[in-house]
Amino acid sequence: TYMPRPGDGSTRKVTLIPGDGIGPLVTGAVEQVMDAMHAPIVFEKYDVHGDMKKIPEGVLESIRENKVCIKGGLMTPVGGGVSSLNVHLRKELDLYASLVHCFNVKGIQTRHDNVDIVVIRENSEGEYAGLEHEVVPGVVESLKVITKFCSERIAKYAFEYAYLNNRKKVTAVHKANIMKLADGLFLESCREIAAQYPTIEYNEIIVDNCCMQLVSKPEQFDVMVTPNLYGNLVSNVAAGIAGGTGVMPGGNVGPEHAVFEQGASAGNVGKLELVEQKKANPVALLLSSAMMLRHLQFPSFADRLETAVQHVIEEGKYRTKDLGGNSTTQQVVDAVLANLD
Amino acid sequence: SALRRQFSTGAPITATLFPGDGIGPEIAESVKQIFTAAQIPIDWEEHFVGKEVDPRTQSFLTWESLESVRRNKVGLKGPMATPIGKGHRSLNLTLRKELNLYANVRPCFSLPGYKTRYDDVDLVTIRENTEGEYSGLEHQVVRGVVESIKIITRQASLRVAEHAFQYAKAHGRKRVSAIHKANIMQKTDGLFLKCCREVAEKYPEIVYEEVVIDNCCMMLVKNPALFDVLVMPNLYGDIISDLCAGLIGGLGLTPSCNIGEGGIALAEAVHGSAPDIAGKNMANPTALLLSAVTMLRHLELNDKADQVQNAVLKTIAEGKYRTIDLGGKSSTTDFTNAICDNLGIGST
Ligand SMILES: Nc1ncnc2c1ncn2[C@@H]1O[C@H](COP(=O)(O)OP(=O)(O)OP(=O)(O)O)[C@@H](O)[C@H]1O
Ligand SMILES: Nc1ncnc2c1ncn2[C@@H]1O[C@H](COP(=O)(O)OP(=O)(O)OP(=O)(O)O)[C@@H](O)[C@H]1O
Ligand SMILES: [Mg+2]
Ligand SMILES: [Mg+2]
Repeated sequence: TYMPRPGDGSTRKVTLIPGDGIGPLVTGAVEQVMDAMHAPIVFEKYDVHGDMKKIPEGVLESIRENKVCIKGGLMTPVGGGVSSLNVHLRKELDLYASLVHCFNVKGIQTRHDNVDIVVIRENSEGEYAGLEHEVVPGVVESLKVITKFCSERIAKYAFEYAYLNNRKKVTAVHKANIMKLADGLFLESCREIAAQYPTIEYNEIIVDNCCMQLVSKPEQFDVMVTPNLYGNLVSNVAAGIAGGTGVMPGGNVGPEHAVFEQGASAGNVGKLELVEQKKANPVALLLSSAMMLRHLQFPSFADRLETAVQHVIEEGKYRTKDLGGNSTTQQVVDAVLANLD
Repeated sequence: SALRRQFSTGAPITATLFPGDGIGPEIAESVKQIFTAAQIPIDWEEHFVGKEVDPRTQSFLTWESLESVRRNKVGLKGPMATPIGKGHRSLNLTLRKELNLYANVRPCFSLPGYKTRYDDVDLVTIRENTEGEYSGLEHQVVRGVVESIKIITRQASLRVAEHAFQYAKAHGRKRVSAIHKANIMQKTDGLFLKCCREVAEKYPEIVYEEVVIDNCCMMLVKNPALFDVLVMPNLYGDIISDLCAGLIGGLGLTPSCNIGEGGIALAEAVHGSAPDIAGKNMANPTALLLSAVTMLRHLELNDKADQVQNAVLKTIAEGKYRTIDLGGKSSTTDFTNAICDNLGIGST
């Protein structure tokens, strides 16, 4: 068998943002594992926090140069008039696609089997356009913006992903019976792209029905493509039925850059108690970092990491609370390190 | 209240009944039969969807039908299939607009004996039903760019929040969770939350909390027992209420009730008219029955409500008579008869 050796690929620089809350714990896990594997990666670490006015320019420069970043969540103050830095980063780098992979992990008991869903979510417009104003006192409006350009490119991404990963079906999620123009445009774009991929099955589902189907017959879904807000909800439902947001990997992708983070609830910074006891689940970000290794074309490192994580979960001795255990982040990381062969 | 006085004097209460389309008449018949067997003092005033558009309502629903609901203040509605074509309004939209049905209330509980993957559900979703993402205000800015407007008003938010807390209090519920995405939609959802907080102040005995909708989705599928009463803007309510229906086995089992201006309560089954099985004596009347139960509770006929609800649950739990959608073999009629037998009348 092929043994990866340090130096197989030339070293790549990757921007690392520990972030807030549980962020430093889980990015710390990634650093330790990469180090132990002698992965050909050098991290450029930056301090960014959710209460900053904007992403410091040095950070953006670093990501622009390295093309790849891995990050923990950045806290978003609710209603403080400060906009989300997670969203800011996506906008700045035009990370138009968010990808969350939700699947049953062997060894984790869940209510559903056969879940293997990839949610691909439009990440740059829709309900997250940030256009809101008070019309008169007591009446506020928020604009949802859907463009042909963004809808087509997310649809294209979804079908290309399905094609390259040997997936069979793409499902578009919408509410076009109510939002006839906005979601209608989204659907129209998906249909046009679907026509270019005759080998991939295409269907459409209304978002409320979609959520109902997810909790009753999730095995019917494969790749899903969605406008911004629905994707956020669908990925959280899918992650929930498959074993929790603490396990599901994901990332944000643009034409030039890729930022890997915990898949569902990426902005999640955890409860204070979790941070204090150092008991965040590192699995999601570890699996995201495996995705990153694949993206950097270090597939054997990705395999090693995924296999080790899988062993630890199946063995069941070291698990964090969300998976029914009581381990600390570090205990899980140590177990992963011990399982790297 | 006027309704209670009417009841205590023994005079029956008049309620509007829309049997609706498709399987509607069959499941409405089932409700009527069970209500008669349980000796519930309700006179049904039946109204049917017209064959022509009534110019006064611009809809196939007649002015007289709407007046009947306004007068009786309570009603029960089966599924209605809006005929396709221009020049008229959707039936559901007509009802919502004309009767100003501002809140949709859906109690969601696991049916004992009917196994789903979730057996610990007991919650109520309350959805704002008049504005938000359903404003219908959309336009094309330039080619390839469209905008859709979400509207949140203080008036509508206060009104639905008030109903949520009143409901919680009247039904002995402990907690109200406001569901939002105010970290992204700071002004619109922010206003919604602000209104909920204001109302919460008036109900110190009820615990109030706020949950971000994505997190709510995740929590619901991991542990639905975490929730009690949930109140939310229109779109979130649409999605979450269907998700919750999925937890307990689908729309064929979930009751629903709409609250309108002036204390109107229009209970309805939220499933469709199921034309594929219409007229075949196969339909499951449970959702409409449990909706009728919410109507009884609204009328404060709680003993009768319990009696019907228990008979429905007992029949499903026993498993001997179940309709086909629940994996049984019974016809609508047999299932209905079994419920009547379980009403506990004449026994003990
Ligand atoms: N909750 C709502 N608030 C405002 N308008 C609505 C709402 N639901 C539907 N509409 C309007 O009514 C029309 C007909 O909707 P329909 O009868 O299909 O409702 P529905 O299937 O109950 O929808 P939903 O699944 O969103 O509840 C829609 O095109 C829309 O304009
Ligand atoms: N009360 C019921 N009892 C048994 N089966 C039902 C019931 N309601 C729905 N179904 C089944 O579920 C399927 C989907 O139902 P749904 O309520 O969406 O009806 P629909 O065909 O979409 O009608 P509509 O056009 O009025 O929305 C139906 O075709 C039917 O087989
Ligand atoms: Mg719905
Ligand atoms: Mg419908």
